[in-house]
Amino acid sequence: MAVIFPKSSDIILKVLGAVIGLGAVATVAAYTYYTWPTVIDTGYQPVQPIPYSHKLHAGEMGIDCYYCHTTVYKANFAAVPSQAACMKCHEQVKKDSPRLEPLRKAAYEGKPIPWVQVHRLPDYVYFSHQAHVSAGVSCVSCHGRVDQMIEVRQEKPLNMAWCLECHRNPAPNIRPAELVTKLDWVPDRDPAVIGAEIIKQKHIEPPTNCSGCHR
Amino acid sequence: MSLVKIQTANPTGKKYWRSLNDAADTPEFRDFVHREFPTHATEMLDGNSRRTVLKLMAASLGLAGLTACRRPVEHILPAQSGVEADLYAPGEPFFYTTVHSMGGHVTGLTVETHDGRPTKIEGNPDHPHSLGSATALEQATVLQMYDPDRSQKVLNGGKEAKFADFEGALKGISLGDGSGLRFLSETVTSPTLNDLRSQALKKFPKAKWAEYDPASRDLELAGTSLAFGQQLYVHPHFDQASVILALDNDFLGLDSPSPFMTKLYSKGRRVESEEDLDKMNRLYAVESQFSITGANADHRLRMTGAEVKQFAIDLAAALGAMPALNVVNNAANDKRAKFLAVLVKDLKSAGAKALVSAGPRQSASVQALAALINQSLGSTCVSYSKPVIDKSSIGVDALKALVGEMSAGQVSTLVILGGNPVYTAPADLQFGVALSKVQNSIHLGLEADETAAASKWHIPEAHYLEAWGDQATSDGTPSIQQPVIQPLFGGKTAQEVVALLLGSPASAHDITRNYYNALVAGNKEQAWRKALNDGVVAGVKTAEAVKASADAKKIAAALQAEPKPAAGIEVGFYPSSAVWDGRFANNGWMQETPDPMTKLTWGNAAMISPATAKKNRINDGDVISISKGGVKMQAAVMIQPGHADEAISIALGYGRQKVGRIGKDIGFNANLIRTADGFWFSSGFAIADTGERHLHATTQEHGAINQVIASAERQNDRPIVREATVEEYKKEPKIIEEMAEVPELQGIYPQIVYDKGYQWGMAIDLTSCTGCNACIVACTSENNIPVVGKDQVLRGREMHWLRMDRYYTGDENDPQVVEQPLPCMQCENAPCENVCPVQATAHSPEGLNDMAYNRCVGTRYCANNCPFKVRHFNFLNYHKSGKETTTIPGISTRLAEEELVGLVYNPDVTVRMRGVMEKCTYCVQRIEQARIHAKVDGRREIKEGEVKTACQQTCPADAISFGNINDPNSKVSKMKKQERNYALLAELDIRPRTTYLAKLRNPNPELTA
Repeated sequence: MAVIFPKSSDIILKVLGAVIGLGAVATVAAYTYYTWPTVIDTGYQPVQPIPYSHKLHAGEMGIDCYYCHTTVYKANFAAVPSQAACMKCHEQVKKDSPRLEPLRKAAYEGKPIPWVQVHRLPDYVYFSHQAHVSAGVSCVSCHGRVDQMIEVRQEKPLNMAWCLECHRNPAPNIRPAELVTKLDWVPDRDPAVIGAEIIKQKHIEPPTNCSGCHR
Repeated sequence: MSLVKIQTANPTGKKYWRSLNDAADTPEFRDFVHREFPTHATEMLDGNSRRTVLKLMAASLGLAGLTACRRPVEHILPAQSGVEADLYAPGEPFFYTTVHSMGGHVTGLTVETHDGRPTKIEGNPDHPHSLGSATALEQATVLQMYDPDRSQKVLNGGKEAKFADFEGALKGISLGDGSGLRFLSETVTSPTLNDLRSQALKKFPKAKWAEYDPASRDLELAGTSLAFGQQLYVHPHFDQASVILALDNDFLGLDSPSPFMTKLYSKGRRVESEEDLDKMNRLYAVESQFSITGANADHRLRMTGAEVKQFAIDLAAALGAMPALNVVNNAANDKRAKFLAVLVKDLKSAGAKALVSAGPRQSASVQALAALINQSLGSTCVSYSKPVIDKSSIGVDALKALVGEMSAGQVSTLVILGGNPVYTAPADLQFGVALSKVQNSIHLGLEADETAAASKWHIPEAHYLEAWGDQATSDGTPSIQQPVIQPLFGGKTAQEVVALLLGSPASAHDITRNYYNALVAGNKEQAWRKALNDGVVAGVKTAEAVKASADAKKIAAALQAEPKPAAGIEVGFYPSSAVWDGRFANNGWMQETPDPMTKLTWGNAAMISPATAKKNRINDGDVISISKGGVKMQAAVMIQPGHADEAISIALGYGRQKVGRIGKDIGFNANLIRTADGFWFSSGFAIADTGERHLHATTQEHGAINQVIASAERQNDRPIVREATVEEYKKEPKIIEEMAEVPELQGIYPQIVYDKGYQWGMAIDLTSCTGCNACIVACTSENNIPVVGKDQVLRGREMHWLRMDRYYTGDENDPQVVEQPLPCMQCENAPCENVCPVQATAHSPEGLNDMAYNRCVGTRYCANNCPFKVRHFNFLNYHKSGKETTTIPGISTRLAEEELVGLVYNPDVTVRMRGVMEKCTYCVQRIEQARIHAKVDGRREIKEGEVKTACQQTCPADAISFGNINDPNSKVSKMKKQERNYALLAELDIRPRTTYLAKLRNPNPELTA
């Protein structure tokens, strides 16, 4: 009986099997990699309705974070300022700039500016700004050097493993409470030593049990 | 390891049972107890088989993989105006005082709001009639406010109209001297409305105003009017009394829709030290329906509503307060004679500390008799005060007179201010027919209900959380009703409508403000702000106590003039613990809260005693017809152990027709057989079996843990509830502990010692607990607990994290009852934690049994392993229902209905989706928030009392203590040190953090012997 398929066709079958197998592995690997929080979330930098520059305001002009985000030390959520806060200065400064047209419009109409949320935690996570700020965790620990960003992007993964890293060993991220908004603060000693001292003094005990963050 | 030996008999010899099935140990009940979930509880219901669901899931997983890579864009919208920028912080709760009035009872409340939306109602600690507590119904009013089925539009002859149209139409009506003008309102407790009423009656001198409520305090006023010759409110001081007789008075439950009476009574039931044991009051109750007051009584005598009057007469005669009337030979009824004799002796020896209190469902003559008896005893535990609000035309009589005028065509304009008289009025008055004869009928109401449909004009009423107003307690203490949100559907208040009729339209705010500005002296702004802050208006003259003398002869004459009750079955009515008079019919929280005694959800029933059921050959669930003369209704029977024989009790408020989607066709409408003469009870009814059957959604057997089925033949009692008499306990305090034999326990894991920092624990005192359900609704509101519906309750899927277990003990015809609230026990060796394959439930270092919902995959192993059955599985997406949108004026976005109802959610607690196990966590969100506040304030410790669980906070009996058990000085530690403290199922070595303090009763030794 004549051979329908030559012997060499076995190779094709093997290669095909290998390709499909490898492809499946690669798909799973790629899916896992691209949905990993450090990959999918870090670097997220949406376009904002007004090209507001943190680099200019917080960095070069040195406006303190508290000036606009007024509730970080007294509430769980960090408030985003209303256009009234912007207009305190911009009624005088750059009052004719075309780039500020959306701001003036919002102020005139009294409708909020739809800022796009950059740092987002899932709804089942109950994060408290006031707890962290009063303990001496700087803005920079979670938000990065916002004072150097023109448009804010997410620098840290903000996933649970990352949170727990600090909750298990908070010392490197604890600083005197009055320096929390000094994003460019350079300690003169090992920050972990300074942190450890403050932890002892303030009895900081970050929770690592479920209900610390999930309720 | 040897098997744990379980105590087979309770030393007190008491056997506890949860239902008649349980008592009879039927095979059905055994099967039920044996299963973790009732039969078919785990099956899908919506027509999709498991296979289809798996197919669908596979497909959606593929799609999810494609879309999940893109992150959804979320916007942050900064707060604009309407909030004080330096005060407001997003997500932080604000608390406002307000006041609620129902059936003549007024309670000051505190409303928690999140970002401008009210989320939870709590009692106002500064209000004299709340003292920090709120009842179940009061707490559920917050859900009522968000109800998308509430009336949203002005209706003219059933067609949508504008408020301006109504104003225009009103101008066209010539009212003249008011001879054709009539007002019908609910019980007025508002001083401003009272003021507007007198203005209206001055401007329209021939107009009349009637007050009618299906359940109110009319007979109390009629009774004092008969006894003293003037209308007076009765203020029983249960806290001062040592011997109390409740004459058909469910003052711990439905006869006082305010936490105040329970607050007072429980002061005399608190046991915190040895001395308290000698000070405990003694409660006697005589009643027909088995109420929670009867359940808490040390001695209860069941009798029909009509027999209560004869009992009061005999009591008055025996005390020498009044000559004997209609003397019947008591020899035939040993029990009654003995009860009466012992009661007389006890009341006499208590003297000034004796208190007889007649219920609002008993006739004026019985109310007067109670006053007479108190007077002859020299009781100092009751005082009287004149109503601060005019009460000249109230109750059924006022309604009857009004209907007479309406039928005779003498009424051209009828203004109905709140309420739903077409549904609630006695059947024989034919209010609906009379209403059709009124040319201009105007109805102001929260719902587009039966009355709205029968009226020419319907105006949506503003909910009390949406509008300014005021209410005064019966002793005249006024409070400002402070709104916490703009009217969602643009409603009006009764005050605004009356002001409009007077031709001087004003906003409810101005009406209230101006009224109180005129009353207070000094700085008006300061006084106003203080009144809003405190929840009580200071410096306003309240009613003084009146010294009056009851006239025995007049009362005797009135009693003799009253007709004798007809032969035949007596039917009694009482307001429902869930829907009251029907106004909460569309409230899912309340419909699903089991009645404290019957454990019935989603409906009512004709309650009859086991003996009467047997005599008439009726079974539980049989639909019977109840008829007399021209009135007739059908209702399903529920056999209630302890109910009076030859009597039926039916809860009001069910079987409504024109109502939202939740309350429609739920239960049986008892108003069909309620008549003006037999307003609360009347006899002479005939009953007949219709042959139909009805399924009651009762939870009385759900979560039964009182029995353990050791083998097919043997069923053992577990000492889940423990009780003793004060005498027994004083003699042998170890009696409670010895009720269960705890063997030497050895765990297979090393025991973790919890001795550092805060260790949270709870103690529930069964002596104080009345079983009123306030804690259940508090928990539902605080923890976003879903409503599952009747069908799901029947399948045992109700979600209450805290349930109220009711146990009967003794003779099925005349049992005693113990109520036991059962939250998660937070076991230190929690059996649920070991079996979770994904570690979704784990122990916190502070002793909490944490539950991470987002981690749970729904294996339900934990619930299977929970000996208390306090874990609840979210079978379906209960939080989501309906797709229709609704519009809130002023907000341009159209909200889906579920989003509108979703505004009631507490943002501090995850809203769980389907497939997740849920449970009580001791309100961990409150603990964590208190911890954060303590840290931010630079304090090291959370102070004692700073964290209160929702159930503890609202408990009118203060039966729940919660706190740090590591602190020997905390209240909870002290409570747990009492000898009557016991842990449930301690023999399983689970070390529950929630423990119970055994129920102590204070029976009269002469009656128990």
